[in-house]
Amino acid sequence: MPPQHASPGSGGDRTTRPGADEELIAALRRGEADAFRMLVEEHGPFLTRLALMHVPSRAIAEEVVQDTWLAALNGLDRFEGRSSLRTWLASIVLNKARTQGQRERRVLPFSFLARRRAEGRNEPAVDPDRFQSGRDQQPGAWARPPVEWASPEERLSSDEARRVLLEAIAELPPRQREVITLRDVSGLSAAETCNALDLTETNQRVLLHRARSKVRAALERHFQAEDPSR
Amino acid sequence: MTETLIPEMSCQELVELVTAYLDGALPAADVTRLEHHLEGCDGCRAYIDQMRQTIAALGHLPPESLTAEARERLMGAFAAWRDEGRGR
Repeated sequence: MPPQHASPGSGGDRTTRPGADEELIAALRRGEADAFRMLVEEHGPFLTRLALMHVPSRAIAEEVVQDTWLAALNGLDRFEGRSSLRTWLASIVLNKARTQGQRERRVLPFSFLARRRAEGRNEPAVDPDRFQSGRDQQPGAWARPPVEWASPEERLSSDEARRVLLEAIAELPPRQREVITLRDVSGLSAAETCNALDLTETNQRVLLHRARSKVRAALERHFQAEDPSR
Repeated sequence: MTETLIPEMSCQELVELVTAYLDGALPAADVTRLEHHLEGCDGCRAYIDQMRQTIAALGHLPPESLTAEARERLMGAFAAWRDEGRGR
């Protein structure tokens, strides 16, 4: 059985318009407002989501996104087409949002800083208590294995599950939050994500794995609370 | 006979390799060990299913919206950028 690649869903912020970037950029250089409007429609929601990871309000996120567009327009000549336009815009908005977020950080609660420090530590994907220890019969085997979720598709698309997902993402350390938002929420490839965040492939995968593991654990806790008999 | 030469993968080891496995980035020997383990382990099959379901659910979160005001402000900023450039 070959590994099934995680396939991004149909919703979200993603776009599939290969080859269209160059044409749109040429139209921008000619000053065509329609081309800009199209780009805003296509990438605006994605950029807003990325900005919101680092700044505390929608109003600030919208300012960061506007600054991003202006920086991109003024830097069109620096866009080399080696990455996609979307990846390039993502790296600009993230730089601006991180900087803006640092300015706001003076007033952020202690828990934020604690999460930031936790990022570098060795974090197991699953609580070690759920596995048998060296004293048991089969060390490293499940002691408390996960149980299949009942009707997962239905339950995972509920408003309640979406709230759990968004909260779990918000709780992640910043780099993990960026990687899971780019890869799994917005559907960027591993290569695009490495490009936008200037990460090595290995680092990207470690951050993504930690992030996904925590989000899965949050869903598991949520479903267990909903259905304690299982 | 050769099977005994392949070290068994434990559940605790497997849960650390799921993202590499789903990305197709796991070395072939580890893929073999992982899939061999899955055949006999309900817990790990449930775990990988839940990771796949988590990834799918993340991909179906509703997109952020762009307010009409924000869109108009952007169009205004674009017009100003264009006019500035042409005036030079």
